[in-house]
Amino acid sequence: MARVGKILRRTFLIGSAAIVGGVAFGAYYVSRPAANPLKPRDGEAALNPFVLIDQNGVTLIAPRAEMGQGVRTTWAALIAEELDVDLDQVTVLHGPAAAAYYNSALIGEGLPNKGYDITNFQHNLGEALGVLGRTLSLQVTGGSTSMKDGFERMRQAGASARETLKRAAANRLNLDPGELQTASGNVIAPNGDQIAYKDLARDAAALEPVDVPLRDPSQWRYLGKSMPRLDMVDKATGTAEFGLDVRLPGMKFASVRMSPRLGGAMIGFDDSAAKSMPGVEKIVDLGTGVAVIASNTWLANQAVEAIEIDWGEAPYPTDTDGIFATIATAFDDAPNSTMRDDGDVGTLPDGATEITAEYQVPYLAHATMEPMNATALYTGDALELWCGNQAPTLIRMRVAKTAGLDTEAVQIHTPYLGGGFGRRGELDFGDIATRVAMAMPGTPIQTAWSREEDMRHDYYRPGAMARMHGAIKDGTAVLIDGQVAAQSCTQQAVGRYTGLPAGGPDKVLVEGFFNQPYAVPNYRMRGHIADLSVPVGFWRSVGNSHNGFFHETFMDEMAHAAGRDPLDFRLELMKNEHAPSAGCLEAVRDMSGWTGATPDGIGRGVAFTYSFGTPVAQVIEVIDENGTIRINKAWIACDMGLALDPENVKAQMFGGMIYGLSAACYGQITFADGEVEQFNFPDYDALRMHTTPEVEVRVLETNRHMGGAGEPGTPPSMPALGNALFDLTGRRARSLPLNTEFNLLV
Amino acid sequence: MATTLRINGQTHQVDLPDDVPLLWVLRDDIGLTGTKFGCGVAACGACTVHIDGEAVRSCQVPLSDVWGEVTTIEGLGTPQAMATIQQAWVDHQVAQCGYCQSGQIMQAAALLAENPAPSDADIDEAMLGNLCRCGTYPRIRAAIHDAAARLQEA
Repeated sequence: MARVGKILRRTFLIGSAAIVGGVAFGAYYVSRPAANPLKPRDGEAALNPFVLIDQNGVTLIAPRAEMGQGVRTTWAALIAEELDVDLDQVTVLHGPAAAAYYNSALIGEGLPNKGYDITNFQHNLGEALGVLGRTLSLQVTGGSTSMKDGFERMRQAGASARETLKRAAANRLNLDPGELQTASGNVIAPNGDQIAYKDLARDAAALEPVDVPLRDPSQWRYLGKSMPRLDMVDKATGTAEFGLDVRLPGMKFASVRMSPRLGGAMIGFDDSAAKSMPGVEKIVDLGTGVAVIASNTWLANQAVEAIEIDWGEAPYPTDTDGIFATIATAFDDAPNSTMRDDGDVGTLPDGATEITAEYQVPYLAHATMEPMNATALYTGDALELWCGNQAPTLIRMRVAKTAGLDTEAVQIHTPYLGGGFGRRGELDFGDIATRVAMAMPGTPIQTAWSREEDMRHDYYRPGAMARMHGAIKDGTAVLIDGQVAAQSCTQQAVGRYTGLPAGGPDKVLVEGFFNQPYAVPNYRMRGHIADLSVPVGFWRSVGNSHNGFFHETFMDEMAHAAGRDPLDFRLELMKNEHAPSAGCLEAVRDMSGWTGATPDGIGRGVAFTYSFGTPVAQVIEVIDENGTIRINKAWIACDMGLALDPENVKAQMFGGMIYGLSAACYGQITFADGEVEQFNFPDYDALRMHTTPEVEVRVLETNRHMGGAGEPGTPPSMPALGNALFDLTGRRARSLPLNTEFNLLV
Repeated sequence: MATTLRINGQTHQVDLPDDVPLLWVLRDDIGLTGTKFGCGVAACGACTVHIDGEAVRSCQVPLSDVWGEVTTIEGLGTPQAMATIQQAWVDHQVAQCGYCQSGQIMQAAALLAENPAPSDADIDEAMLGNLCRCGTYPRIRAAIHDAAARLQEA
């Protein structure tokens, strides 16, 4: 057992392994502990994969993508809290792609090889990809999981490193470690003498890691309080390095065009005009598209646009109507899942009134502010890749395969992400940049997509449809029977990432649909998978992004049909089901001064979604200004349990809401002739300064389990706005975007 | 044919075709990457710089048309010596992903130079061309008001 304990302490993985995966996963790590990717040189101590100390000081590794959610700061704070270092005196790095940085405790690439039942694996893939990082166990930032994942492990990493440093100091001073204190990167002796951690690095490196219990939260200095973000000064001064800002000696710039009929073939191209354009160095035939390497990104883009390309057909219906007709046929098939089936939805309760409604929402682009890009240096026997990404280990495996190299020959560098929202969990940009760089070995090449290329080559939030049937009696809901139909981003993404066919119930398709905390006695929610090959992927809040709209618009319709106040109607169904959820509704009621009545010219709507472990309620107020409707105010209440940085949580909540409102107001990706019809922000706009409401956020902390922050703000925003428009105009929004039916301010 | 530019108080010789937008001169030739590419069609404001103090979309200004002294985010202030507006951005913890913020700050700096006490409506008018997909607008607004107050006191 001693040996087992030693290995487990070294890996710092068993804490969450035990929680998430049980003994089997622990055993995996015992037989094959994740190697520490930090390779300390002489005089350095990599006390664990997250703490590196050398003569210059302390470096903390925060191996999660900083895409705006503040993870670098809070992750580092988790370590610093126990390590007793000051955040402004340490360096925080993203670090390399490495097994040790798996999100939580599962294994991912190792799983099938370790004899796990593949059928069982597939059975669970719905959940696996909904919370991709947590369950697939790769080094992934997604699923609003970072804090849940790091909360125990990172404090343990900090505590163990601290105690190991104390042991080193104790040995040097001939004292018992219990006599020593630590503060601000120093071990402090009883007589007040201090030894800096950096001066103990060499000694500590020779010691076995020391295990120690975590501190009581009452002792915390950083956690639970709002901290200045470590990236803020860089981002206010233009010195933060994003993927597109990577500059290497001798580098060239490339622009790319892939088939606008997504997944379609390239039949041929004529580059005679492009060849002689200024700055052009090389035209690269990628087989499925072309790239131009030039001395300047803009010159490369001018040239690539000048290439005449003959594209093959799209492998899906050529227009939006055809695509949605296919989605609708999925309702005729057996459901892929029935994750809620309470009571008997087949029998209408005596005296109940039926209500039905159908809803539809469009495909959506992620539209990160920084277009997709990656910079690659291929030397024949090695590859270095720089790119903002949410999945370093996955991208490393993919580009290694592309370049025909061992993964060990590939280094991934992850700078800041100019937005992620799920888009940068994909691998395409890294793959394409690698293929471009392979055409010019020895030269670093930055492959940047134009905004148009980015908009038209996304893994879109799937278009989705819902058929809702419900019943009300005595002013409350007595039956809800819902069906949602859409492509499965889970199944498609599993194929992309792993090459494995995926099946089984897709929980992501029905998240936000089947798992809402309403005590309705007859309650069935089914998911139907549409068989289409439009590229789809994980868009901030994923299935919740459409299901929140479906569920909460229908709740509103039922409340109105029942003649009830829509907030009270929800609260009554929720209060005995999940108190933290009810608490969020009560909070927005109080914050907004909700009375259920609004004067002429003003409309208010409420909505609620429980997603990623966090209940979120929102009230949105719209105002009619001479026939133009403006979103005037918004109130948000969330309860994620312990909020490690409340101000940062607030930013995520209103940011998530604005992302959702942008989609609700203006967002739609449509198809014609097999091509996406939107090219750039004028076709795919978002909320701006003048269209953004004044917002107030309240962060509650009664939830017993820690929830996520990055995504849960998004789902309730869309129905809350639709419900507000109903209150204002009497017209029910059953499809998005809303600007097709309502005269919204632009 | 070399073109001479004045950028952040320094002179640069640039040997690029006349029609290359200033944005790509700054980013790929001179190496000033603080100015960002977002759309290329003046729809997002990420590439905003000042020419003779006026906020312009550098993706729309060909090299041959650069009519005056260029100031980029790097010329506004540095991490060690931030401009007031940048300090307000830090104090209000505005940035999330941060990609659009260089452009937001340059636009806001031009607004405050012209209008030392902007109303909410003035901020709407000045800032509506600057897109932020993270939705940091509420804090941008607060930071602009705060910077205006500090500049008035100074």
